[in-house]
Amino acid sequence: MTFLHDYIYYIGAFGLIFIGLFIMLVKHNLIKVIIGLSILETGVNLFLIAVGYISKGTAPIFSNSAVESERMVDPVPQALVLTAIVIGVAVLALALSLAIRLYHHYGVLDLRKIKEQRW
Amino acid sequence: MKSIISLILLSVIALGIAISLDKIPFGVPKTKIGDYYIDKGREETGAANIVTSVVVNYRCFDTLGEVTILFIAAIGLGAVLATRRKKEKREIEPASLVLYAGCRFLFPLILLFGAYISIHGHLTPGGGFQGGVVVASAFLLAYLGCRGRRVSETGIKTVESLGGLVFIVVGLVGLAVGGHYFLSNFLSKGELNSLFSAGVIPIIYIAIGLKVGSELTGVIDHLVEESE
Repeated sequence: MTFLHDYIYYIGAFGLIFIGLFIMLVKHNLIKVIIGLSILETGVNLFLIAVGYISKGTAPIFSNSAVESERMVDPVPQALVLTAIVIGVAVLALALSLAIRLYHHYGVLDLRKIKEQRW
Repeated sequence: MKSIISLILLSVIALGIAISLDKIPFGVPKTKIGDYYIDKGREETGAANIVTSVVVNYRCFDTLGEVTILFIAAIGLGAVLATRRKKEKREIEPASLVLYAGCRFLFPLILLFGAYISIHGHLTPGGGFQGGVVVASAFLLAYLGCRGRRVSETGIKTVESLGGLVFIVVGLVGLAVGGHYFLSNFLSKGELNSLFSAGVIPIIYIAIGLKVGSELTGVIDHLVEESE
């Protein structure tokens, strides 16, 4: 039980990553593939945050002068994830716009049916 | 069949990851640079929020690259969607009175909240990226609630270019005045935990807020235009 307690964030993060990868490998609908990409990205972000966590740590913000700097979580992964979230939004929007263009061109979102058209 | 192969592949990957994660214990400090930022960040940058001081002061050049990626993605979305010219303008059913009035009431408040988050990035959780997204959500509300209203494309482009220009100009002035590197913090650090502190950090975060807000508004504008 202590294993589960210690590693619950890692397990959750990689659970999300594998759910996303599985969706991307198995599903044929383009929108579902993009949803899988988004879930995968969420898992990666959660994993990076979990790596930077320090036991009983607070957010690295000195708004309250009573806060001591001994127990603060690592700010570097948080800054990294701040970057990754914004880029994730941009990638998601670009992928959705490509899906819209494909749908206008072929009339379907199923990747197998698009393949049959030999483009 | 395909899903069984995928499951086997994923379980092999999961096994490898589990073995390597065994060496990374949860909840212990792992990097030395994080401790350095927490100890010295307040004196060196004047910002109370250490994450902000990493993003906009120590690693500001990376942030410039990130803003560029966002810019390129927004441009790419415009290029992908804009090839199909609109033929005829369809008649849009106007929103009901309650929806319209509520939307007009909420729109300035959300804009104000986004501006607050952008400006207070060095004191509280938040910053230009988050504030920009909040501003874009206000425009999304306007598109959904007050049907038929449009943001002018020239205005979006102007604000976006202005944000990028302020970022670069502040960086170049820092190179000329402050120190020997691009984007150095040349203004006075001020008093910790006050609004006018932390040198160039609030200026850069306001510029980022304008840029991100206008870019995401442009993305929403393109997607709404495509759906009509």
